[in-house]
Amino acid sequence: MTLLIEQTLNGIQLGLLMFLLAAGLTLVFGIMDLVNLAHGSLYMFGAYFCASFTAWTDSFVLGALLALPAALLLGVVVEVIVVRKLYRRDHLDHVLATFGLILIANDMVRLVWGPDGRRIPLPAWLNQPIFLTPDLPYPTYRFAVIVVGAAVALFLYWLVTRTRTGMWIRAGASNRTMIGALGINVEALFTLVFGLGAVLAALAGLMAAPIVTVSIGMGDNILILAFVIIVIGGIGSIKGAFIAAMIVGMIDTLGRALLPDLLKSFLSVTAANTAAPALSSMAIYLLMAGVLVWRPTGLFGARG
Amino acid sequence: MTWRGRIAAIVLVLLGLLPWYAPWLDAAGVISQKFALTLMTRVLILAIAAVSLNLILGYGGIVSFGHAVYIGLGGYAVGILAHHGFTSGFLQFPVAIGLSALFALAIGALSLRTRGVYFIMITLAFAQLVYYVGVGLEPYGGDDGLTINRRSDFAGLLPTRGPDKTTAFYIVCFVVLVLVLGLVHRLVNSRFGMALRGAKSNEPRMQALGISTFRYRLTAFVIAGAICGLAGALLANHTEFISPAMMHWTRSGDLIVMVVLGGMGSLFGPVYGAVAFLLLEEFLPGLLKIGLTWLHDGVAAVLGPGAGALESWLRLAEYWQIALGAILILVVLYARGGIDSLFGRSRHG
Repeated sequence: MTLLIEQTLNGIQLGLLMFLLAAGLTLVFGIMDLVNLAHGSLYMFGAYFCASFTAWTDSFVLGALLALPAALLLGVVVEVIVVRKLYRRDHLDHVLATFGLILIANDMVRLVWGPDGRRIPLPAWLNQPIFLTPDLPYPTYRFAVIVVGAAVALFLYWLVTRTRTGMWIRAGASNRTMIGALGINVEALFTLVFGLGAVLAALAGLMAAPIVTVSIGMGDNILILAFVIIVIGGIGSIKGAFIAAMIVGMIDTLGRALLPDLLKSFLSVTAANTAAPALSSMAIYLLMAGVLVWRPTGLFGARG
Repeated sequence: MTWRGRIAAIVLVLLGLLPWYAPWLDAAGVISQKFALTLMTRVLILAIAAVSLNLILGYGGIVSFGHAVYIGLGGYAVGILAHHGFTSGFLQFPVAIGLSALFALAIGALSLRTRGVYFIMITLAFAQLVYYVGVGLEPYGGDDGLTINRRSDFAGLLPTRGPDKTTAFYIVCFVVLVLVLGLVHRLVNSRFGMALRGAKSNEPRMQALGISTFRYRLTAFVIAGAICGLAGALLANHTEFISPAMMHWTRSGDLIVMVVLGGMGSLFGPVYGAVAFLLLEEFLPGLLKIGLTWLHDGVAAVLGPGAGALESWLRLAEYWQIALGAILILVVLYARGGIDSLFGRSRHG
């Protein structure tokens, strides 16, 4: 029972991290109609920025707070130099050009930070268990990730549904030409949205950093997972991304935690330990295929 | 014959005659014979895969982002059969091609219902699905892959060991490439190809003419998958090793890059693309070193010792992927027709 609660919390935590990554991706796709494969690179840069700033300031929190504006700056620069030229092109061009950006990003990181991975040390107060009930310890850091992730999700909900900027963003998602005609500076809005996506990706990257190792290409596989999430949720829909991220986080975590024991009953121990993560990864892609066959534009999507 | 045709013929002849002039290049000290043949065998195999992707991407407008999965399937068919002692190529190759065709039928039947970016993503998802099956196949090496101890045996018609092995295999790959090019040429100029290209440029109109565009797309998808499975079987024989990395999504990305770099919807474009992409990968570090040496000498002439040691400049060539990525972005932004369009206008426009 304790294991189940703990793993459910882990699932929520992974789901929220995935949501932060997917939210930026789905916003950028919904509004600019841009397939951005380099979104995973922004996630990686967030983690590396945080590693450097943490080493420099000796504080993880300060490092994280400094990494976010750095990621914003990077996002804006990339948007102005390359991405902006892609909006009028088709999806194949987006895939190719942002694939090129991934190659550049990975080697840039190798050039600046070297080929070895990095670990971000946690401060003592985050590096101890918190007791949710007297006999249920849970890592404080993971709990903090849940709190921050939920807060950012609420903030995004508020931003998109309650503010003027959010109104522009929603209007941009439904009719780009029209909001231009209504006198909104579309170019600036696009840069803003791309920058916001970069910050969200970097936040996800730096929050994942103390749990996984910071390494080159860390964003490449998780990016595909983020794409799966926005496709399941329906491209352009923040709500869809949130629900899909939660489902994917749960499947992945619970699959990894519970499947090995289940498989051990009819497989050898090593075979079960190899097959379980592979099976839970496969389950996610099967879910996506199922959703798309059933609803070709995702759960909450309207656009094709 | 147009210039496009002439250049294609020259490239094809140069590729086909490589085993005969490679010893001469070796003697002249340009490049070692074994290295040249090994590298160019890889080029030929990936050219076959790129040609198959071009059938659906270039002629059908079907942006499949999971095409490397068939390379993996073909490779695993050969590897797993060889692992169990079934080394006959007459068994391995039909299995590799049939398995790929079967998967393409299943993947295509499900994903061709979706459009646009959803299609890109669902093909990617299916490829990842098979990738994770490969990772989970513990008896066949899982993530680490599997070494193939014996190449496909064609009843002794092909040397599977010894010094002739490399040359003979190169010629086989070349012949397969020519046959595949011939097949794709016949296909796209047939009634089938007309319907496929028609579905790309004006789908409602094709449907109004009573043509089931879905069926044509699916057929093309299966043919492309089968050809790519053949390329995978050849690749497994070439590297004598299989691993899930063969079908990682970045490999699918590489294939799309080859097709676009060479020229989408041109018969010969993907061959140029494969040659250019793999040679760039191989020789870009060297080219960068030459460029960096010039740059260093130039800076040193102005600044003197302030330019620093040449070695620290040359170290930058390790990061050649930055240059490759930049080339890719520049091609997308400014040279959309690919290499083939440099040689004149395409008939298919």
